[in-house]
Amino acid sequence: MADEDLQHAQVPADKPRIGVDEWVAREEELRLDQGLLGPVRLFVARVPWWTLLLGAAVGGVLIGAIVDDEYFLQVGFDTLIYVLLALGLNVVVGWAGLLDLGYVVFLGVGAYGFAWLSSGHFDIHLSAFASVPIIVAGTALVGLVIGLTSWRLLGDYLAIVTLFVLQIFITWGNNGDDINIPFVDDPVNLTNGANGIHPVDSFDLIIWKAETVKDYYFLALGVALILLAALYLLNESRTGRAWRALREDALAANVLSMPVNRLKLLAFVFGAAIGGLSGTVFAASQNSVFPADFNLQKLILIYAMVILGGAGSLPGVVVGAIVINVSDRLLTTPENARLIFYGGIIIALLALVPRRRWGPYWVAGIAAGTVAFGFAVRAVVGVFWPNGVDGTLPGEGSLTNALSHWVLVPTDPFDIGRYAYVLLVALVVSLTFIHGIWRRLLVAPLIYLAACVWENVLVAEPATTRLILLGALLVALMNLRPEGLFGTARVEVV
Amino acid sequence: MDWATFVQLCVNGLTLGSVYALLALGYSMVYGVLKLLNFAHGDVFMIGAFVGYGILTSFGGSLNLSISVWLVIVLMMGGAMIGCGFLGVLIERVAYRPLRAAPRIAPLISALGVSFFLANSAQLLFGAASKSYDTFGLVPPEDGIHWRNLNIWWIQVLVIGSAFLFMAFLTWLVQRTKIGKAMRAVSFDREAAAMMGIDPDRVIVYTFFIGSALAGAAGVLIGLVLFQAFPYMGFNYGLQAFTAAVVGGIGYIPGAMFGGLLIGFVQSFSQYYFTTWFQLVSLSLLVAVMLIRPSGLFGKATLEKV
Repeated sequence: MADEDLQHAQVPADKPRIGVDEWVAREEELRLDQGLLGPVRLFVARVPWWTLLLGAAVGGVLIGAIVDDEYFLQVGFDTLIYVLLALGLNVVVGWAGLLDLGYVVFLGVGAYGFAWLSSGHFDIHLSAFASVPIIVAGTALVGLVIGLTSWRLLGDYLAIVTLFVLQIFITWGNNGDDINIPFVDDPVNLTNGANGIHPVDSFDLIIWKAETVKDYYFLALGVALILLAALYLLNESRTGRAWRALREDALAANVLSMPVNRLKLLAFVFGAAIGGLSGTVFAASQNSVFPADFNLQKLILIYAMVILGGAGSLPGVVVGAIVINVSDRLLTTPENARLIFYGGIIIALLALVPRRRWGPYWVAGIAAGTVAFGFAVRAVVGVFWPNGVDGTLPGEGSLTNALSHWVLVPTDPFDIGRYAYVLLVALVVSLTFIHGIWRRLLVAPLIYLAACVWENVLVAEPATTRLILLGALLVALMNLRPEGLFGTARVEVV
Repeated sequence: MDWATFVQLCVNGLTLGSVYALLALGYSMVYGVLKLLNFAHGDVFMIGAFVGYGILTSFGGSLNLSISVWLVIVLMMGGAMIGCGFLGVLIERVAYRPLRAAPRIAPLISALGVSFFLANSAQLLFGAASKSYDTFGLVPPEDGIHWRNLNIWWIQVLVIGSAFLFMAFLTWLVQRTKIGKAMRAVSFDREAAAMMGIDPDRVIVYTFFIGSALAGAAGVLIGLVLFQAFPYMGFNYGLQAFTAAVVGGIGYIPGAMFGGLLIGFVQSFSQYYFTTWFQLVSLSLLVAVMLIRPSGLFGKATLEKV
């Protein structure tokens, strides 16, 4: 076989593409990616980085200038904090390839540090000019200590030890109000236990003091923009390239005389410093620090952001943080949660359009089939079991109204909904076993069942639903698109 | 501390430790064949506790049981083991098998996702409140071995006995049967095993079934001893059991058993001495072991390049 044939040989999706390196994978993908995201990815790849940054800055400032709604600004601020955290995690996970499951600890150290240095807890009131550098340096030191374990522990072991560090931190946060130090008479109250430290000073830069939600929004925006520029330059630097080499193959990097252990530490230190910095802004804005703010759920949320956007890609991480945090907020009211759900289904259908002549017709057929299937099932159920269509949906508006004529709404939704949920999970799992036409035929009932479960069970319990969705998102992403939306496809080079 | 308290703490530690050992075996076996940290294992264990609870309630619950006590316990264990075994196989099929060729970080994140999905699905389906096994209704607390101040409840005897029975069975399976030989071969070198005519995927499926079935049994046992099942129990116990597996040397089966018992003892005694900080004792033990001997107390030191 000629070389050219080898290159264009169709490799089945489930087989590793042996010998395809990062560069080839990127080029190949840019050429082949005809889906919805293809043009966006091409655009992002071609436009100079400072244009994107400028665009983000203008967009962020415009949003902050126009919007006056407190809730909206608060969501914007939270999103920016998550952007910061995701950027920091990206340094450790996306660039250096170290699986750090204790990343939230750095956020916590930053927040508690700010609470110690700028609140009435120890009666120290430093301005942010003084306290933030101290805290960032302190957090970087904590990162250095935790990162030291990465010298001996590889891969999974590092993940476990950092997870334990998180566990230790949470215990410390909850029980740190009564610590006996040898040779000190009274027990020391470091964290005030589960009650948290409250109030904390606002972010005081001497010439300017952040007071309102809007101030904090602009503060976080400024920090995020500066950080983005710095990280971009860092990524292009010698260190950035060394990190990528370390991620792809630590042994090869070592052979090429890169100081592997120092690079690992450096990644940890950078990630920790960014985490600590966001912790200070976080603590100042919410005016308090509670141990419950730093838990495994937050960690998973940040991981989902980094992975959805594409670990290692700066625009990807930012987009991931925005998408996940905004949809997370929207899930809390039934009407908005519905938009997310049906919007998500439509986007997924469009993204999965087969690249063949009849592809779009298949998708249109599936959509029409789903609607028809719904009405048919509802009619049949209405005849045999009137209670099954007699309930009311939570929420209001025309969409709710329309939906209540389409999905099954039992009068007592919860019991039946639980069985439907199990059935739905079973069906989705079975989709991975079924191929060909049966798979497409199964899609319409599946969407209908998912809609019924969504309307009857999941919308009513937003707190649990968001976590279920996060878990499912991680598994699905790893299966379908491990490189995320903007990341570079990586393959194991054998 | 008097003598009776000491022995009592030992018995408690042995009870807890044998459950940890069962759970640790699953982590260790899966790591052996797949080199994967199965974060979802703790949640499979949690599902086992709920399956046991479901079977118990379907026979009328602890307080007005329609069949004999020991029969219902056997049914609970059997049901949980079979259910969890298949659940484990399914998880492997959906979340791990497609990622065999992916970078090593991918299956780990997928495992985190499965763990999150299972724990929160359980919360959705069964509610956040813990379900009580009411074990005192099954076997009254005064039934058991009494000697001076020492009280050993029959359920504790059951837990320790069945855990050791399972471990003996597993040792036999791994050391003496053909599939056990295949498991050892795959965990030693998957590619070489495949060249010798062993189907690694088949071995992995068996491993997941056995490991998850043991987790299911452990779930029922912990439900009986500690009286409850709740959706987030998988994380806490899973973490402890994982500690056990690592301390004993992950991938090494007798190591997991020993590590489980050790962690059980450590917890039992540290709970007595440090009430609030007891969790940290076993965690610090783990960090110390990992830093001094990353391959665990009994693990074979492998030559890791960078």
